[in-house]
Amino acid sequence: MNRSKAHGGWAILALAAGALAAAAPAGADWALDFPASASDLGNKIRGLHHTALIICVVIGIVVFGALGYSLVKFRKSQGAQAAKFSHSTKAEIIWTVIPVLILIGLAIPSARVLIEMEDTQSADLRIVITGYQWKWRYEYPDHGISFFSNITEESQAAAVLGAGLELHEHYLRDVDRPMVVPVGRKVKLQLTSNDVIHAWWIPELYVKRDAVPGTINETWFQAEKTGVYRGQCAELCGRGHAFMPIVVEVLEQEEFDAWVAGLTEPPAEPEAIISNASADAGSGLAGR
Amino acid sequence: MANTKTDYYVPHGSPWPAVASASMFVMALGGALWLNGSDAGRAVLFLGLAGLIVMMFGWLGTVIRENIAGLYSGQVDRSFRQGMAWFIFSEVMFFFGFFGALFYARTLAVPWLGGEGIGTGTNSVLWPGFEADWPTNGPEAVGGSFEPMGWGGLPLLNTALLLASSVTITIAHHALKNSNRLRLNLFTLATVVLGVAFLYFQVVEYVHAYQDLNLRLSTGIYGSTFFMLTGFHGAHVTLGAIMLIVTWLRIARGHFTPNEHFGFQAVAWYWHFVDVVWVCLFIFVYVL
Amino acid sequence: MSETTQAREHHDGPHATGIRRWLTTTNHKDIGTLYLVFSLVMFLVGGTMALIIRSELFQPGLQLVDPHFFNQMTTMHALVMIFGALMPAFVGLANWQIPLMVGAPDMALPRMNNWSFWILPPAFLLLLATLFMPGGAPAGGWTLYPPLILQTGDAFPLVVFSLHLLGASSILGAINIIVTITNMRAPGMGFMKMPLFVWTWLITAYLLIGAMPVLAGAITMLLTDRYFGTSFFLAAGGGDPVMFQHIFWFFGHPEVYILILPAFGIISQVIPTFARKPLFGYTSMVVATSAIAFLSYIVWAHHMFTTGMPQAGMLFFMISTMFIAVPTGVKIFNWLATLWRGSISFETPMLFAIAFVVLFTIGGFSGLMLALVPADIEYHDTYFVVAHFHYVLVPGAIFGVIAGVYYWLPKWTGHMYDETLGKWHFWLSTIFVNVLFFPQHFLGLASMPRRIPDYSVQFTEFNMISTIGAFGFGLSQLLFVWMLIKCVKGGSRASAEVWDQPQGLEWTVPSPAPYHTFETAPRV
Ligand code: HEA
Ligand code: HEA
Ligand code: CUA
Ligand SMILES: [Cu+2]
Repeated sequence: MNRSKAHGGWAILALAAGALAAAAPAGADWALDFPASASDLGNKIRGLHHTALIICVVIGIVVFGALGYSLVKFRKSQGAQAAKFSHSTKAEIIWTVIPVLILIGLAIPSARVLIEMEDTQSADLRIVITGYQWKWRYEYPDHGISFFSNITEESQAAAVLGAGLELHEHYLRDVDRPMVVPVGRKVKLQLTSNDVIHAWWIPELYVKRDAVPGTINETWFQAEKTGVYRGQCAELCGRGHAFMPIVVEVLEQEEFDAWVAGLTEPPAEPEAIISNASADAGSGLAGR
Repeated sequence: MANTKTDYYVPHGSPWPAVASASMFVMALGGALWLNGSDAGRAVLFLGLAGLIVMMFGWLGTVIRENIAGLYSGQVDRSFRQGMAWFIFSEVMFFFGFFGALFYARTLAVPWLGGEGIGTGTNSVLWPGFEADWPTNGPEAVGGSFEPMGWGGLPLLNTALLLASSVTITIAHHALKNSNRLRLNLFTLATVVLGVAFLYFQVVEYVHAYQDLNLRLSTGIYGSTFFMLTGFHGAHVTLGAIMLIVTWLRIARGHFTPNEHFGFQAVAWYWHFVDVVWVCLFIFVYVL
Repeated sequence: MSETTQAREHHDGPHATGIRRWLTTTNHKDIGTLYLVFSLVMFLVGGTMALIIRSELFQPGLQLVDPHFFNQMTTMHALVMIFGALMPAFVGLANWQIPLMVGAPDMALPRMNNWSFWILPPAFLLLLATLFMPGGAPAGGWTLYPPLILQTGDAFPLVVFSLHLLGASSILGAINIIVTITNMRAPGMGFMKMPLFVWTWLITAYLLIGAMPVLAGAITMLLTDRYFGTSFFLAAGGGDPVMFQHIFWFFGHPEVYILILPAFGIISQVIPTFARKPLFGYTSMVVATSAIAFLSYIVWAHHMFTTGMPQAGMLFFMISTMFIAVPTGVKIFNWLATLWRGSISFETPMLFAIAFVVLFTIGGFSGLMLALVPADIEYHDTYFVVAHFHYVLVPGAIFGVIAGVYYWLPKWTGHMYDETLGKWHFWLSTIFVNVLFFPQHFLGLASMPRRIPDYSVQFTEFNMISTIGAFGFGLSQLLFVWMLIKCVKGGSRASAEVWDQPQGLEWTVPSPAPYHTFETAPRV
C-alpha cells in the first residue's frame, strides 16, 4: 500500500471542508440525534433508538476491531504465513447464537413500545385529518370545527424556481392556521386523504402515519409540554410535497377551550369554518 | 452431470434475438401510443406483433432444423427442458401476484372497508353503512349493480373440458413414447379441439357477463379480479392452443421421436400449467 | 487440481465483425462485455441525475430545477441505477465468469442470452424518452405508489411497458444462469464444489424468477386501473391503495437482495485470494445465502410500517426482518475468519472488498434499526433511510461490482490494470462515499424528509457536506473509467493466474481468455 497516495484524498477533503466552512450560514444546527421528545411515548421511542444504536456501535467495535487487527497483524508484507484452517463448528455456533440472543433482547422492548404505540383506546379528543395536494384539513367532530391549514404565502413563494427567498428560521415550516390541542390529553388522529397518499408527521411528538385515500388510519399522541411543534408531509405526494408543513400548537386546557369557543360561538370568523360541502377543492385524478 | 467430452452445441450468431427485441420495442411503443389516444397506436402495435410472429417462425425454425440435423446432445435437451420449466415457474409467479390481489381484497381490504379489524374508523367515518360481502364492487358501487358469475353451467363445463384436455395430451404423450403415431396425432388434435372449445365458451361467458349480468372489468374489485384473472388465463390458453396447433402440424410432418421430443413436452407442460391455474381459478374465483 | 485442455480448433474468434458481431453474438464473453459497458453508461447517466439532485439540495431554496423535475430525477435516478446499472453489471459478471468458473463452453442457452441483453437498450430508450414527453418522466418515486403514479402524463404506459421489458430481460437472464449452473458444470464439480460467486448467483436467479413476475403483475394492475377502469387500488371500488405497496414490496424486498447477493459472492472470491487462505465456512456461506433468500420473501412489509397494518402484522414483519441480521452476520464473520491468520496483501480488488465489509456492515446496522417498528415510525421516509440504502447499495453493491471488475479485468483484457490509478480510485471513492452518505444519517435523525427539493434551514450544513461528497465521489469514478480504457488498450501482460495462486477454473485459461474456452470440459 502506498501511503503518500492516500494523502491526496485527505487533502481534497480538507479543501472541501474549508470551502464548506466559508459557505455555511451562521447559526449552524449540526443536530446529530433525534429531537428531544415532547411526549412520554416519544421518550420511549427515542430510548429504543439509543439502545439499538449502542448495540450496533458495540458490535461494530468488535467486528471492525477484529478486522483492523487482522489487517495489521496478518500482512504478507510483514511476512505473515497463511494458516490452512477453513472451518470451526464451535466458532460458527457462537456467532450464530450470540446475535440471536442480542436480537431477542432488542425485540422484546420494541414489541412493548409497539403495543403501546398502537393503543388508540380511551382518547380525550378526536381529530380527523385529511390530506390534500397540498394542504391539510383538520376537523374536530366533537366540537364542530373544521378548517384548512396551508403553508404561509411567504414560504409558498419559495416553490417557484429561483425565487431567491430570504430564509428565515421557520422557512417551509410555517402554516396559516395550526392544529390546536390541549396539553396532557390523549389525542386520537383519524387520517385520510382526498387525492394521493400523504403522511402526517410531527418529529418531536414521534407520530407519523400515512393518510390514505378511501381509508382511515388511526394513531395518537399526547403532548406533555405546551408549545409549537413543526413537521411536514412525509410521503411523496407530487410537486408540492416539500411545501405542506404541519404545525401543532399545544395549549393549556383553558386556552384550548377558549380557542374552541372562539371558533364555535357566533360571530365566528367566516372564512375559518369550512363546511364539508366545499371541502373537496383540488381533487386530483385519484378522486374519480 | 456433464459428459467428459463436451459436445454441447453453441450456435453462432443469430439475428432472431435482435429481431425479437426490436419487435418488443415497437409493440411497447404502439401500445403506449394507443393508450395515449393516438390513431397510429394500433397499427404500430400490430406491426410489432407481426415482427414477433416472424421472429418466432425464424427462431423456432432454426432450432427445429438444428435438432433434425442432430446437433443437439442429451445435455442440450436438458437445458431446453429446464429452461422451459423455469419459464413456467415465472408464469406461476405472475399469476401469484393476481391471486395475491384477490386474497388480499377478500380477506383484508373489503372487510376493513366494512369496519372489521383495523377498519372501524374507515367504515364509520368514510363509508357508513357499507357492508362487506363478497362479491362486491365497493362502497361506491363502482360500475353499478351487477350479478356475480355462478360456478355451475359454463364454468363447470369449462373445468371439465380443460381437465379432459390434460388427459388427452397425456395420452398423446404416451403414444409418442410408444411410437403410436396415429394415436399421437388424434389425441393431440383432441386436445386442440378441447382447448378451442374452452375458449369459445369463455367468450360466451364474457358476453353473458357484460350483457346480462352487468359484470364488467370496471365492476369494482370483483370485476377487476374476475376479469384480470380469467382474462390472463384465457390469454395463456390461447397461446397454448396456438402452440398445440403448431405441434399438431409438426406431428403430421413426422417430427418428434420417442426419445427426443422437447417441443412436444414443453407444450404439454405449458398446457398442464394453464390447467392447474384454471383449477385454482375455478375454486377461488368462482366457487368460494 | 484441474487440468487445462484448451481446444484450439476451427473457430477461435467471432465470425461476424462490427455492429453485426455485437447484435447477433451468442458468445458469453461478448454478451458479458455488452452488459458491462451498458451498465457503466447507465451508471454515469444515473449518477448525473444524482448530481442534479445533490446540486439542488446544496442549499435551501429552489435554485436549479422545478420541484416536479426534481421528483422526476429522484425517480429516474433510482430506476436507472437499479435496473440499468447494478443489475446489468451483475449479469455481465455472471456472463463472463460463470461459464469460466464451472468449466462450461458457454451459457446453456446462448441465443436467449443475446436476447436478454438486447431487450435492455430499447427498454431504456423508452424509459429515458419519457423525460421529453408532455408531463415529463414518472415523478412518483421508484416505488410507483398509486394514486400518485397514476398522475403521470403521457409517459405512464411507456414506463409500465419498459419495466415489463426489463422484467422479461431479467427473467430470461435468470433462467439462463440457473440452467447453466445446474446443467453445464464440468465433470467432478459437484454443487458443493462450486465457487461462491456461482452459488450466490444461482440463488439470486431464483429470487429473480420469483420476484420479477410479481412486479410485472403489479404494474399491469396500475395500467388497467388507469386506462381500463379496474379498482385494484381504489377504495371506492373495494380495492386498496396500500395493496399495491404489498405487491410491490413482495417484489421489492427480494429485489434488494438480488442487488447484494452477487456482491457477496464476489467478495467471497476476492478475500480468500488476497488472504491466501481458503474461504472460511464454505457450507455455512451457502446455507446463509439460502436463508437470506428465503427470509427475503417474508419481510416485505417492513417498508410499510406507517401505512396502518394490524399490530400482529407489524410484530411479525419486525421480527422476521431482524432475523436477517443472523445469516448476514454469519457471512461477515466468515470473511473475518478468512482473513484471520492469512497472509494478506492489498491489491485494489482487496481494498474494495475490505471497504465493502466495513461499509456494508454499517448499512446493515442502520437496516436493523429501521426494522424496529416504533423507531421506524420516526425514521421512515427520512434521509436516515436514504443513508441506509445507499450504504448497502453504493459502498455495498457498487463496490462489490468494482472489486469484481478489478479482480477479473486482467483475465478479460490480458493486461494488468494500472495499480496506482486503482489505489487512487479506491481511496478517493471510499473517502468521498462517506462524506456523501454519512451526514445523511444525521439529516434523517434531525427529521429531514426524503424526496424533497427544498428544505428548512436547519438542514443546510450536512446537505452541503453531502453534496460536496457527491461531486467528489462522482469525479472519482472518472478515474475508474480512465483505468478501464487504459487497461483495455494496453498494459503489462497478465499471466494465466494473474494473482498469487488463486483458486478456480477461470485462472487455468490464458489471459486474455480465448474467445471459446472449455470446448472440452476440464476435470475437477
Ligand atoms: C442492497 C440492498 C439492501 C440490503 C442488503 C438491505 C438490508 C437490510 N435492510 Fe434495507 N433497504 C434497501 C436496500 C437494502 N437493504 C432499500 C433500497 C431501501 C429503501 C427503499 C425505498 O423506500 O426506496 C431499504 C429500506 C429498508 C427498510 C424500510 C425503511 C423505511 O422505509 O422506513 C428497512 C426496515 O426494516 C430495512 C431493513 C433492512 C435490514 C434489516 C437489512 C439487513 O439485511 C441487514 C443485515 C446486516 C447487518 C445487521 C450487518 C451485519 C451483521 C452482523 C455484523 C451480525 C451481528 C449484528 C447484529 C446482531 C445487529 N431496509
Ligand atoms: C444502485 C442504486 C443506487 C446508486 C448507485 C445510487 C447512487 C447515488 N445516489 Fe441514489 N438512490 C437510489 C439508488 C442508488 N443511488 C434509490 C433506490 C433512491 C430512492 C429513490 C426514490 O426515492 O424513489 C435514491 C435516491 C437518492 C437520493 C434522495 C433523493 C430524494 O429523496 O429526493 C439522493 C440524494 O442525495 C441520492 C444520491 C445519490 C448519489 C450522490 C449517488 C452517487 O453514488 C452517484 C455517483 C456517480 C456519479 C456521480 C456518476 C459519475 C459521472 C460523472 C461525474 C460525469 C458524468 C459524465 C457523463 C454523463 C458523460 N440518491
Ligand atoms: Cu403530502 Cu407529501
Ligand atoms: Cu426491504
